[in-house]
Order: sequence, then C-alpha cells, then structure tokens
Amino acid sequence: MTSTISLDNVSMVFGSGIDAVKALESIDLDVQPGEFVSLIGPSGCGKSTMLRVIGDLISPSAGTPQVNGKSPHQARLDRDYGMVFQSATLLDWRTVLENVALPLEIMGIDRPERDAVGRKMLELVQLDGFASHYPWQLSGGMQQRVSIARALSFQPSILLMDEPFGALDEMTRERMQMELLRIWEETETTVLFVTHSIAEAVFLSTRVIVMSPRPGRIVDRIDVDLPQPRGFDTREHQRFFELITRVREALRAIEDEPA
Amino acid sequence: MKNVRSYGPAIVIFVGGLAIWELVVRLFNIQGFILPAPTAILSAFAAEAPTLWRAGLATFVSAVSGLAVGATGGVLAGMAASRFTLIREGAMPLAIAANSTPIIVLAPVANAWFGLTSPIGTVVVVAVLVFFPVMINLVRGLLSAEAQELELMASYAATRGTVLRKLRLPGALPYFFSAMKIASALALIGAIIKEYFGGPQERLGQYITLKAGLFQFEEAWAAILLASAFGIGMYGLILFVERKAMPWHVSVRS
Ligand SMILES: Nc1ncnc2c1ncn2[C@@H]1O[C@H](COP(=O)(O)OP(=O)(O)OP(=O)(O)O)[C@@H](O)[C@H]1O
Ligand SMILES: [Mg+2]
Repeated sequence: MTSTISLDNVSMVFGSGIDAVKALESIDLDVQPGEFVSLIGPSGCGKSTMLRVIGDLISPSAGTPQVNGKSPHQARLDRDYGMVFQSATLLDWRTVLENVALPLEIMGIDRPERDAVGRKMLELVQLDGFASHYPWQLSGGMQQRVSIARALSFQPSILLMDEPFGALDEMTRERMQMELLRIWEETETTVLFVTHSIAEAVFLSTRVIVMSPRPGRIVDRIDVDLPQPRGFDTREHQRFFELITRVREALRAIEDEPA
Repeated sequence: MKNVRSYGPAIVIFVGGLAIWELVVRLFNIQGFILPAPTAILSAFAAEAPTLWRAGLATFVSAVSGLAVGATGGVLAGMAASRFTLIREGAMPLAIAANSTPIIVLAPVANAWFGLTSPIGTVVVVAVLVFFPVMINLVRGLLSAEAQELELMASYAATRGTVLRKLRLPGALPYFFSAMKIASALALIGAIIKEYFGGPQERLGQYITLKAGLFQFEEAWAAILLASAFGIGMYGLILFVERKAMPWHVSVRS
C-alpha cells in the first residue's frame, strides 16, 4: 500500500547567507491512509512550513515529498487537499454560504448542488443560521468554523489543518473535535493536524509527531493506542493521561536541550 | 430619518452660505462682474435655461464618453500590467509620472489634432486624463490579494483566470471605485477646460468664455452652477453603483 504522505529527507531553508533560516531539516515521515497525525512543537519549529511543503504551496530546498504516490504538485492539481489555515481567510465579498461553496464553484459544480452541500456543511459546524451573513458579521471563532466547512465541502482525501481550533472557546473546541473525528471516521480522510495543545493532539490522533525548532526536526513519534472511536470516556482513560505525560516530557526535553 | 439628520448640517451651511453671499453683495454693492448675487444668477439661469441645458448636456455627454473610453482603457491596461511583470515594470513608472503631469495642457493641442469643430477632441482629452488614475489604482487593487488568499486559491488548483475572476477583480473593486470618483471629477473639469480653447459651439466651456468676454457674469455663473450640478450628479451615481456593487465593503457597511 502506498503511503498517503511520505517525506523523504525533506529540508527547507528560507533566505540565504547569514539570514538563512533552517525551517525544516531532514524530515522523514510516512502517513498511512486513514491516519490522523498531529504535529506539535514550539512556535516557529516549522509545522506550518511542513504543511505548506506537503500542500505544494512551497517547494522544499531538498528531499522528496510524495502524496498518494504522486508529486505534491500533481496531488494539488487533483484536488487531494483540503486546507485549513491558521487564519480563516474568508473572502470579504462572499456570503458565508458562498465562501463555503467556493471550492465547489471552482470545480464547476452547479449552483443548486453546491448550495445544498454548503448548507449541509454549515449545519455540521452549527452555523446554519448564518448562510447569508458576510464574514465581518461573524466572530473569529465562527469564521474559523466557516473555513473548516469550506475545507470539508469537496471531500478531499487529505485534510491539512493548521491550528484550526486555536481561536475557539473550550466548549466549541470540544464539539468541533468530536465532529472532526466523526467526519474522519465516516469519510476515511487522512488528517495532518497542527496544534499547540497536548491534550488535543492526544485526544484526536492516531500518532503524535513532536518537533524541535531551529532547525525544525522530528524528535519523537508517539503512537496513540487509545481505543476508537474516541469519546467522552477517552479523556478519563488512564492511558490518555499517560500519553499526555509522554508528549509533555518529549516537549520538555527539547527545551532542556542546549541551543 | 437618519438621512435628514446626516444631511441637515450640510443643508443649513449651504442655505446659510447663500444668504450671507446675497447679503454681502447687496450690502457692499459689489459689482456683477466681480461676484453676482445668487438671486441674479438664478434669474439668469431661468432666462437662459434652454440654451444652458443644451450646452450642459453636450458637455456632459463628452465628459461621460471620455470617462467611459478612458476608464475602459485604464482597466484593460491595469489588468495587463498586473498580469505581466514586464509590462508592469515598464509601464507603471511612466503611468505614475504621466499621472502627476498636468495633462490638461493638451487641450489646445487637441484642436490641432482633431479639428476645431470636432467633438472627438474633448472626448480624447478626457479619456487621456482619466486613463492614468484608473490604471494605477486598478493595478494596486489587482495586486492587493493577500498571500494567504492566493494560497487558498492555489490549494483548489484554481486557474489564473479563476483567480482573476473570483479573487483579484472583486478585491480590486474598492480601488476601482475610488479611481472612478477621482476620474469623474477630472472628466468634467477636463471637458470644460478643453472647451475653453474652442471646439463645437453650444458647450458649457464655450458658453462660459463667451459670456465672461461679454461681461455677462450672471450667465457665466449660471453655467458654472450647472456644471457643478452635473459633477455632483455623476459623483452621486458612482456612489450609488459602488454601494450596490460592494455592500460588503467597510466603507459601505450599514
Ligand atoms: N516565507 C518565509 N520566509 C522566510 N522565513 C520563513 C517563511 N515562512 C516561515 N519562515 C520561518 O521558518 C520558521 C518556521 O516557521 P513556521 O511558520 O513553519 O513555524 P510554525 O511551527 O508553524 O510556528 P507557529 O506555531 O508559531 O505557527 C520560522 O523561523 C519562520 O520565521
Ligand atoms: Mg504555524
């Protein structure tokens, strides 16, 4: 079986000379179909950069990324990715529904169908009452939910999510986590998920990747062997706490490392 | 009645200003060739109405035609310049330089090009005048798309044309409308000044120079008044279209 995502010795350097920033160094990563992998690490360690390399928004300085057995470029042309950026990036002149339906519109799906799908997606993120609002009429968290609905609307085989729940309150966040897990199970999507929350990474993932900064490297890979499907009980599971401790220690080890 | 309240102060100042004007002219017995009283201008307007209206309409049509031609050209040139780096780097400095020169000095020359009686001269002068601000603003607008928005479109494998239609052009609308507001004022100024230097008869510019030459300043002022009314009308129309076209924009949100 081909990996959904495979990075072979991928490095990324921004700039050159004394200003050069080594954002990623010798990254090896294999993500199997249907996996839910979280990236965690201190700010500036290259998580967003890794997502952008995989999503073919930037080309790595060295190494070979592959997606569904193809180049990331081909995968992008095949619309294999649904992306959720750190900021919602909604288009001001489009209503909420039109924003959600944007990818479908670009793919040439006709109006009635994309409106129907868009409305279903809005229900999913509990914004069905806001279809004809404009982005500026929504709170930051609501905007981010719209951007998640937009990424899901065309059922991409891979979701690249960059701190999608960072702007949400705790209650909404937990509900969105459950929704994401439900969608992930139903659609057999592969998810690569960036977060700063240890608990979130452990709760959602099948695997947690811990990264260190400057240069961005993978320092630990932790399999999350919590039973599926995850639910309320998961957070009370003894193993849940053990894994959180495990990730926390991996992160602390980075800090103690001499720079 | 939000409108009455927001226009209220302007109306008071306008009417008050007219009253003071009238009063000053009468009190100090100011001569008509220096400053006619509003009532004198008004009666001149009434007496000359048919002629003024014909002249005003002809000038207005020239201004609007020139605006349409120049703005269309500016939009197309702006799209080309935003699309091709080579054109942008070559043409933009020139466009910005041209935009800061007094292009209106072309007015007398236009008669040499198109003949004294041709209406084309005015249209061309106006078109050249509005071309540059429209082009420059449109380039800015088309290039104002944020990196993240472009990445979003890239992630959907959107073609260049799709990015233009769904991201760049809507994002350029606010820039386009600011340009059109500047351009509409320029168009009317350009048309009238061009007419000062000749061209077909029965135009506002011709009328104003003629009447001023005859020391009939009440009539000249009546024509100036009509020109202002056309200017305000054009500006209002652009504001109206702007509101309809981009109800989402900060400047328009209710
Ligand atoms: N386009 C760029 N040009 C130059 N340097 C960049 C660029 N993008 C990222 N970097 C640098 O690469 C490093 C990694 O950035 P990246 O955005 O991937 O970090 P991150 O892990 O996502 O951080 P955060 O958790 O704060 O979002 C940073 O030092 C950053 O300054
Ligand atoms: Mg980031």
